[in-house]
Amino acid sequence: MTVLRLEPREPAAIDPPLLELRRIRAGYDGIEVLHGFDLTVAAGSVVALLGPNGAGKTTALKVIAGQHPASSGDVLLFGHRVNGTAPDRLARSGVCVIPEGRGVFPNLTVRENLWMMTYAGCSRGDVEAIAYHRFPRLAERRDQAAGTLSGGEQQMLAMARGLATRPALLLLDELSMGLAPLVVEDLYAVVAGIAADGVSVVVVEQFADVVLKVADRAAVVVHGRVAHEGTPAHVQALLAEAYLGGTHEGKR
Amino acid sequence: MDKFMIFTFVGLSTSAIYAVISSGLVLTYATTGVFNVAHGAAGMLSAFAYWQLHVAWGIPTLPAALLVLFVLAPLFGVLLERVIMRGLAGTTEATRLVVSISLLVAMIGLAQAVWSPAVGRVVAPFFEGRQLTLTRDVSITYHQLITIATAVVVAVCLKVFLTRTRTGVAMRAVVDDRPLTLLNGVRTDRVAQLSWALSTSLAALGGILIVSSAGLNAATLSLLIVNAYAAAAFGRLRSLPLTFVGALVVGLGDGYLAGYLPQDQRLAGLRPAFPVLVLFAVLLVLPSRPLRTHVRSREYFPAPSLRGAATYCAVIAAFGVVLATTLSGPDTIAYAKVFAVGIVALSLVPLVGFAGQVSLCQLSFAGIGAAVAAHVSKGTLLGVVTSVVVAALVGGLVALPSLRLSGIYLALATLSFAVVLDRWLFNLPEIAGFAFFPSGSLDIQPLTVLGYTFDTPRRQMLLAVVAFTAMSALVVALRRSRYGRRLLALRDSEAACATFGLNLVGARLGVFMLSAGMAGLGGSLLAMQQSSITAADFQLLSGLPLFMLVVAGGAGFVSAGLFAGVGLYAALPLLPSLWSGLTRVQPILPGIVGIALGRSPSGAAADVSRSFTPLREDAVVLSITVAGCGAWYAVRLLDVFGNPTMWVGMVVTVLVGLGAASRRRRPAGAAEVIALEWQGVDEPWSASRVADLDRALRLEQTRMSLSEVAHGAT
Amino acid sequence: MARLDVAGVTVRFGGHTALSKVSVTAEAGSLTALIGPNGAGKTTLFNVITGLQRPDSGRVVLDGHDITRLSPHKRARHGLARTFQRLELFTMLSVRENIGVAADVHRSWAPRQHGSLDERVQRIIDLTGLGDVADTRVTALPTGQCRVVELARALACDPKVLLLDEPASGQDEAETETFASLLRRLADDGVAVLLVEHDVQLVMEVCTTVHVLDFGALLAVGTPAQVQANPAVRAAYLGHLEEVG
Repeated sequence: MTVLRLEPREPAAIDPPLLELRRIRAGYDGIEVLHGFDLTVAAGSVVALLGPNGAGKTTALKVIAGQHPASSGDVLLFGHRVNGTAPDRLARSGVCVIPEGRGVFPNLTVRENLWMMTYAGCSRGDVEAIAYHRFPRLAERRDQAAGTLSGGEQQMLAMARGLATRPALLLLDELSMGLAPLVVEDLYAVVAGIAADGVSVVVVEQFADVVLKVADRAAVVVHGRVAHEGTPAHVQALLAEAYLGGTHEGKR
Repeated sequence: MDKFMIFTFVGLSTSAIYAVISSGLVLTYATTGVFNVAHGAAGMLSAFAYWQLHVAWGIPTLPAALLVLFVLAPLFGVLLERVIMRGLAGTTEATRLVVSISLLVAMIGLAQAVWSPAVGRVVAPFFEGRQLTLTRDVSITYHQLITIATAVVVAVCLKVFLTRTRTGVAMRAVVDDRPLTLLNGVRTDRVAQLSWALSTSLAALGGILIVSSAGLNAATLSLLIVNAYAAAAFGRLRSLPLTFVGALVVGLGDGYLAGYLPQDQRLAGLRPAFPVLVLFAVLLVLPSRPLRTHVRSREYFPAPSLRGAATYCAVIAAFGVVLATTLSGPDTIAYAKVFAVGIVALSLVPLVGFAGQVSLCQLSFAGIGAAVAAHVSKGTLLGVVTSVVVAALVGGLVALPSLRLSGIYLALATLSFAVVLDRWLFNLPEIAGFAFFPSGSLDIQPLTVLGYTFDTPRRQMLLAVVAFTAMSALVVALRRSRYGRRLLALRDSEAACATFGLNLVGARLGVFMLSAGMAGLGGSLLAMQQSSITAADFQLLSGLPLFMLVVAGGAGFVSAGLFAGVGLYAALPLLPSLWSGLTRVQPILPGIVGIALGRSPSGAAADVSRSFTPLREDAVVLSITVAGCGAWYAVRLLDVFGNPTMWVGMVVTVLVGLGAASRRRRPAGAAEVIALEWQGVDEPWSASRVADLDRALRLEQTRMSLSEVAHGAT
Repeated sequence: MARLDVAGVTVRFGGHTALSKVSVTAEAGSLTALIGPNGAGKTTLFNVITGLQRPDSGRVVLDGHDITRLSPHKRARHGLARTFQRLELFTMLSVRENIGVAADVHRSWAPRQHGSLDERVQRIIDLTGLGDVADTRVTALPTGQCRVVELARALACDPKVLLLDEPASGQDEAETETFASLLRRLADDGVAVLLVEHDVQLVMEVCTTVHVLDFGALLAVGTPAQVQANPAVRAAYLGHLEEVG
């Protein structure tokens, strides 16, 4: 397999989309969760994945990140099929995943957590400089174990990876989980900043309001498929209908 | 005071060695989840390699030590990781344990094959004879100084490595959250390799430091690991600083016992047993862990049908009768072990196969049973019953402290118990009129039941056959009983069992005692067959292959008992007679079997038994086959030919019968639907078969982690 | 007094507070739901109630007995049974044997029972409609049916309080229907049922009381109608689902 190092870039019409999912099927324990999931993310755009619990949003992210196998379908990065590529390899190639809830090593200090980010191919000094500049509170607590930080600080530390490693594709799962509204707003401001640098972002979120402010496109996931896809304004209008349709569609 | 100082130095240098060894153990357990029982054996092999380089080939001390520590040991560690440990991802704790025990046995076997134990070898301490004099009466040898300094350097280096280097921090990150390290882009397979290399080097360092005082003996050096466990248990097998504290406790204790223990034969064994007693004490105070939820595994042990079980018992009985009537006297004594030790092996089936628990000291329980029978019996049935009861009670005592902890601690506790018996209790002189083996060996009278005495080898064998058959029937009955199903349920999910009111410790204690009692019975029968026994018959290292073969044979099947008995006491001893070159590899074989079969967790016994199904179900061919075997036996009894001819004839008859039955059963072209559990037996494995099975067992997630590992390798 | 009374439970994992002073009650003969987004702490609360997770503070009272300090199996003997979100069936056994193990263990600590063990197991099989698959090994069943087997196994202990963790996930519509009527029947028999469920439609249909957990804290308690009308709940969780009505 060719090693492919993806760089953030400006959107251009002739490029293949940065990320494309084609008819992905995947599941756990014999229950299929994704039933033909399609998604296209143009280079440099922010796509929000919305939808009710259990619709398959997190599973879709895990398939993209190489953490969960797709039973069929293609995952394409810049037109290269990457199904089956190990997550650490994808991470070194510029795919950055901030997982739900626990994006930090609790027994490592803040500095050590930042150090681990350098495996994605950036220098230790840069990571620390960028992280401490954007999140001064982390600098104050650099020698503290990450597990003793508050929930918001932990999420900042996790976000620092998306910021400092300059990935081509950033995948965020439930960034707001368990956090106070102010912290959430601050974190989404960071997301907007990262996106402004040309990084493509896929955000999974249960709460539409915050994320639709920063997204270029939004997709509503219902029962393992993208039910609607469009501009944030368009999707917001459709959202209620999507949920309504979803519950009457049957469970499979 | 001078004496105190001297023994403090002795203790400190012992602590230093334990600290070095156990830090390696903790390193691999924390980062890769493999509890490496063979860790001490790696140190042992390194000590032998050092002897070879330094003493035999005359390479000076420093280059020889450096070569072992920085080239041979790390290479060996990497080899272990690539060839064996990597394949263990996604397997159960028991499987990983079997593989590492097999490795221990294979490594001891390897050392004995390469460096014959008959030759005495000595490694001198560093700077032999030189010492630093502190006061007029207190001095410390250079070797002790070097040892203590080494441990300090190791501690500092480990600390620096784990906090000041990126790879070291990544190693701790893997312990914290492995999936997240992958998302950070860490090549976790390389981290695992490095931790095996480092850990093996630490074992090697410990081995080279201790060899001058412990002596160059494969078994002794390998079992030093048990002392290291005691130190590691202080840190719950995960914390390095607490492990160093544990090493201090164990080492200093050892030093002061050396200095202050009264010169009494009864206490002589206390010092070698001390680390193990410390380990038991630690197990008692460790906090309980949360209940385990479902473990997904490929293992499946269906309940035997009544007809199948009856056939099996009939075949064993017939096999035993044929053996007893055709073998010569000495051979009868030798092969009777198949059944007596077979009962000990069988005792592992309810424990390991049904309940999913591990005992590494089953042969020690057998030893207790044997000794009690010898003391109490005077040939009566009551004596045998007493031996069973005593073995069961002792088993309960050993298991109780660790039953509330995870499986690995039960393995540790039983291993340690075996070591205490080996090192101390079995060798005790008479105390208050009792000793296990008063004059080194112990004579025992044959059993008399209702006036009939089992006094000839032939009668002894028949007795063992009857007992083995009865115990097999008992195990079958247990598997089919409600209690048996409870144990299987417990093996699957502790959490679920607790939520409907099952007392886990009680259920486990019951099966452990049952199993220990059965082992005691096997031991007392063995003692009667041999008529004189010694502690050496029941050593830990003789018991481990038994455990491995039971697991390899399929721990959930009653036939695993026979598999282990025949394997160890009939098949293995016969190998050298096929080709004398096999003599040297003979001790390694059980280890290799264990390592190889660790990957096929349901074991081999079921496969063999299943392959006979066509024959079992075809009454016509079966009767002809049985008659044929009977004919071979009858002619043999007329002394027309010898035993080998009879056995070859019988095997050929059975194979021909099997072939005929299979042909009759499956007319050409007829396709057959193969029951899930027999795929791979009735039909060769294919990718789609494996996929079917995985689907049925809901193993996708395990496979996922396996494929993760596989991809990580590319 | 409520059959099950969970008061002020707090659980912390390291720096993360999974549950913060959560109080939940379940009445005999009624169906109570516990809903909330992923990670809200629903399963953790179940683990606290059944003793698989030790709380940092708070207590669990069953029928007037404080069971907070009891081990899981002793709590079960006070009449508590549960199912698991990730199935915990005994894979080597058939459906009948799975239920049989539970019934057998139950009989060992609650000896006064009428009918033989086999009869009891058969009754439960009939009640839950598992007759067709009774002698099938559980690994051969689809997930939806496995959920029913877990429920049947829990029923074998004759529970006073039954905790069901996402019992309808993996079931199709028809299975969910049958399941809903089974739940109502259990409540009619006087069992207190506490239900964690993502299928909001099912919850609104069968439950009399709904507790909403959000970020480890109790957000609202009330009847389905009250909860749906609660602005805080709408904002946090049900906002879009309200239209389902």
